[in-house]
Amino acid sequence: MLSVENLTKTYKTGDKALSDVSFTVEKGQVVGLIGPSGAGKSSLIRCVNRLVEPTSGAIKLNGTNLVGLGAGDLRRARRRIGMIFQEYALVERLTVMENVLSGRLGYVSFWQSFSRRYPGEDVERAYRLLDRVGLIDHADKRADALSGGQRQRVGIARALSQEPELLLVDEPTASLDPKTSRQIMRLLIEICQERDLPAIVNIHDVPLAQQFMQRIIGLRAGAVVFDGTPDQLTEDVLTTIYGAEDWTQMRNGAQEDAQADREAARQISRLGV
Amino acid sequence: MTSYPKTWTRPPQIFKHRGWRIGLQIAVLVWFVLAIGSIDANWERIIAGAERGLRFVQGFLQPDFTSRWSDIRSGLIESLTMTFTSTIVGIAISIPIGIGAARNLAPRPVYYVCRSIIAVSRALQEVIVAIFFVAMFGFGPFAGFLTLTFATIGFIAKLLAEDIEDIDESQAEAIRATGASWLQLINYAVQPQVMPRLIGLSLYRFDINFRESAVIGIVGAGGIGATLNTAIDRYEYDSAGAILLIIIGIVLVAEYGSSYLRKFLQ
Repeated sequence: MLSVENLTKTYKTGDKALSDVSFTVEKGQVVGLIGPSGAGKSSLIRCVNRLVEPTSGAIKLNGTNLVGLGAGDLRRARRRIGMIFQEYALVERLTVMENVLSGRLGYVSFWQSFSRRYPGEDVERAYRLLDRVGLIDHADKRADALSGGQRQRVGIARALSQEPELLLVDEPTASLDPKTSRQIMRLLIEICQERDLPAIVNIHDVPLAQQFMQRIIGLRAGAVVFDGTPDQLTEDVLTTIYGAEDWTQMRNGAQEDAQADREAARQISRLGV
Repeated sequence: MTSYPKTWTRPPQIFKHRGWRIGLQIAVLVWFVLAIGSIDANWERIIAGAERGLRFVQGFLQPDFTSRWSDIRSGLIESLTMTFTSTIVGIAISIPIGIGAARNLAPRPVYYVCRSIIAVSRALQEVIVAIFFVAMFGFGPFAGFLTLTFATIGFIAKLLAEDIEDIDESQAEAIRATGASWLQLINYAVQPQVMPRLIGLSLYRFDINFRESAVIGIVGAGGIGATLNTAIDRYEYDSAGAILLIIIGIVLVAEYGSSYLRKFLQ
C-alpha cells in the first residue's frame, strides 16, 4: 500500500509543482493521474521514487517512509518500485535481454552486472517476462531494432523484473498509435491484476483513462481537484481539471478525430480495399 | 501614389561611421607595410635557399631507402612503439578524467579539478612539453611516450566529457530508477551511449600521435623524427626524402584504416 501525505514540491526556480497532495493507493489498484500539462503529474510520480526530491511531506510504501532515506536505503527502496517511461527510455545500444536484466541492478553486485553474470533465477525470470510480453524471440536483438510498441513491452518487462511492490507509469502511450496504445494499456492492467500490484499511471488521454482505470485522480496546478471512479468524471469535473476553454477544445478535438476516422473508414470500405 | 527608390545599398554592419572604416583600413595597410619591411627579405638568401631546396627536391625524387635502412627501421619501430603505448595509457587515464569532467555525473569540486587537468594538457603544445620532458629525463623515446600520453589526456578526456554531457538523460533516469549504484549507472546507461564515439576518437588519436611522434623526435624525444633530424643535419637529403615518404605512407594507411574502422563501428 502506498500513502502520500501532504506532499509539496517547490523547484529552485520558485515554481510550485505540487502543493499539499495526499492520497492512498491500495494493493492491486490502478490509479490514473490526469491533468493539463504542467499540473505536476510528472513531478508527482518522480517524487515517489525520488528522482525528484520532495520539498516536504511523507511518502510511505508498505510502512517505510521514502522521504529522507540515505543513499543506500534509497537504492534499496527504489528497487521495490518499478517505473515505466514515456518514450520507453530503454538503453538503445544494449540488447533486449540486458535491458530486462537491468531491472536487477539494485540486487546484484557491480561485478555481477559488469560481467553480465546474473544469478540463474534472474535470467530465468527475464526469459519468463519476455515470454509474457510476447518478445521471447527478440531477446538477443538490440533495443533500437524494435518498434515502439515492442520497446514499451521491454520497458514493462524491465520494471517487472525488479519484482516491484509498486508500479509508476509515466505517459506509457504518449508516442504510440491508438491501437498499440490500447494493447499496452490492456497488458498493464492484466499484469497489475495478476500480481495484485498497485500502480499510478500518468495519462493525458482522458477517454483512454476512463476506459482502463479503476480510479482517477485529477490534478490542477499541483493540487488534487478530483479523486473518484471514472463514472464520476463528469463534464463539470473535467472542466474544473482542464479549465473550460481547454476541455471544450480537447473534447471537440477528440470528436473531430473520431469523425475523421469514421470518414476514412467509410472511404476505404467504398473503395473496396 | 508613393514612389519607391530604385537604388539600394547594404547598410554598414560593424562600424557605422565612415571615418572609422577608412581610418581602420589605412591603419592595417600602414602596419602591414612597416611589418613586411622589418622582416628583412634578402634576395641573395632566397636564391641560395632555392638552390638548397632544389637539392632537397632532387633527394626527394631519388629517395634512398637502403644506405640508412637500419637507422630508419629502428626509428620507425621506436615511433610506432611510442604511439601505441602512449595512446593506450593516455586513453586509460582519460576515461576517469573524462567522467569526472562531465557536468551531469561529477560533483562540482571533482568537475573543476578534472576540467583544470584538461585545460593544462590542452594549453601546452606537444613540442613544448617534449622539450620539457627531454630536459627532465634525457633524450629518447621515454620523453616522447610521456609527451604523447600527456597530450592524449587533454584531447580524449575533453571530447569524452562533452559526449557524456550530451547523452540521452531519460536512459540514465531509467537505470537510476531501478536502484542502480553510480558505477552501475556508468556501465549500463553511459557507456553504451558513448562507446562508439570513444572508439572513434581513440583511433583518430592514434594517428595524431604517430604524426606528432615524428615532430617531437626533432627536439630529441626519439623515434623517426630523430632519424629525420640526423639525416638533414648530415645533408643526406635522399635518406630524408625516404623517411618523409615512409611517414606519409604510414599516416595515409592509419587515416584510411581508422576511418574505415569508424564507419564499420557506427
